[in-house]
Amino acid sequence: MKHILLLAITCLSLSAATAAEPKVGAALPALSGLLPGASLPKTSGKVVLVDFWASWCAPCKASFSAMARLHQKYASKGLVIIGIGVDDEAADYQGFVSKNKVAFTLAHDTQHKAADFFNPPTMPSSYLVDRKGVIRHIHKGFKGAKTEAEYTAEIEALLAE
Amino acid sequence: MKTILLTTAALAAMMLSSCSQHLVRVKPYQRGNLANPLMDASRDSLLLAMTQHAYFSREASFGGGGVGGGGCGCN
Repeated sequence: MKHILLLAITCLSLSAATAAEPKVGAALPALSGLLPGASLPKTSGKVVLVDFWASWCAPCKASFSAMARLHQKYASKGLVIIGIGVDDEAADYQGFVSKNKVAFTLAHDTQHKAADFFNPPTMPSSYLVDRKGVIRHIHKGFKGAKTEAEYTAEIEALLAE
Repeated sequence: MKTILLTTAALAAMMLSSCSQHLVRVKPYQRGNLANPLMDASRDSLLLAMTQHAYFSREASFGGGGVGGGGCGCN
């Protein structure tokens, strides 16, 4: 009976962990806690785009050039882009980073702590956060120019707030 | 006895419902191995062509690889 209760509590806590994944309207958690050891830029008072990517994901590769353009255009106005790589192997992550050089911040989620917390619904998934630290938009996947246009409109609106 | 059985059944239902999500489903960010080109069954075009040819020849009487035909051997 004791074991059954213990198992039940474990499973219930796992269910609770799933239910806590960030949604639109939720506050962005402290990324430093989810990405130990990563050097992250200051995000307070900035519009933040948190993007989950992997080296094996073709749309992620396509999204990098779009995000590089967004960074170039809006970084000076208060946009911070943080790309979180979820590769299992450090070599895969490094290989992708060295082939796709970008100016925005990249971090390797080595223990999948951030991915487990955010539970991104697709690859790539991105979370657009306003200056107050509230998640305002969640993008599932990257559909080329269409998604880039959506990013641009949303970022401009959030920067103007 | 009845209470114990009901409690056990309820706990088992709770465990199965939550564990299945965590232990069975591969999350999108965990699909690195599945996305590996080596996992593609048709990665070798020559092998694929040969297999299809063998299949078509063997199953010709049923229309081969999807080609219409009635088993006359003339397709």
